[in-house]
Amino acid sequence: MSIFYFIAFLSILFSLLVIFAKNPVHSVLYLIITFFTFTIHYIILNAQFLAVVNFIVYMGAILVLFLFVLMMLNLNKDTEPTKSIYVKLAGVIGGGALLVTLVAAIKLTAKSNPVVLKDVNLGSVQNLGKVLFNEFLLPFEVSSILLLSAMVGAVLLATKEGKPKATTV
Amino acid sequence: MESFLQAVKVVPLNHYILLSAIIFSIGVIGVLIRRNAIVVFMSVELMLNAVNLLLTVFSVYSNDPNGQVFVFFIMALAAAEIAIGLAIIVMIHRNTNSIDVDILNRLKW
Repeated sequence: MSIFYFIAFLSILFSLLVIFAKNPVHSVLYLIITFFTFTIHYIILNAQFLAVVNFIVYMGAILVLFLFVLMMLNLNKDTEPTKSIYVKLAGVIGGGALLVTLVAAIKLTAKSNPVVLKDVNLGSVQNLGKVLFNEFLLPFEVSSILLLSAMVGAVLLATKEGKPKATTV
Repeated sequence: MESFLQAVKVVPLNHYILLSAIIFSIGVIGVLIRRNAIVVFMSVELMLNAVNLLLTVFSVYSNDPNGQVFVFFIMALAAAEIAIGLAIIVMIHRNTNSIDVDILNRLKW
């Protein structure tokens, strides 16, 4: 029980640090820790497949891409002009109002059963693979087309114009 | 692993929803208060992950593997989105020498 609350506290703490860190590189590093706490959440929920995918795809691939772009654009210094204090205050109040609305809506649903894992094999690779390749076979194939088009689009967008043989991505 | 399985049994569903709501709101605040396009992008990632966690929790709660398959698809989609978004940011940086989102206001007219 206390494990969940400790990890939840860490998630909230590091996600706050992500948005309040001045240096973008620090933001990315805090985001890595945040995603690691999410991986621990998945392990607590016994969703082993999602834990591994979250670990590899988010922490391994996506955040390295973020760091790579930050280094390539040479933005690892505190040059970001800050918004005025009023805009920041308005943003925090707006987000806080959203949070209050959500929490109030949760409070109205009075009953709250504990999350009980009924089937231990629910999140195993075997079980999810059977579901993925039976019911969700067509979406799975379509997502491969999505990834291909995303790759082509990314190369097309990031290549310099007027130089068809440019090798920079 | 066994102690983890014991640990999950006493956490109410509302606390998971609360955690996801808080992290989603932090993402919204990050989008609203930051000017660096990459940090705004990271805040969007934070929101996506909060939703992923909640989908997984509901999947475990109702003993239905479909929720976890949805999370898998959202992760594939997020990877595509990141690649395109970072390519757009690189292009913007090349054209304007900045990734400040506040100077990208030409779509207003």
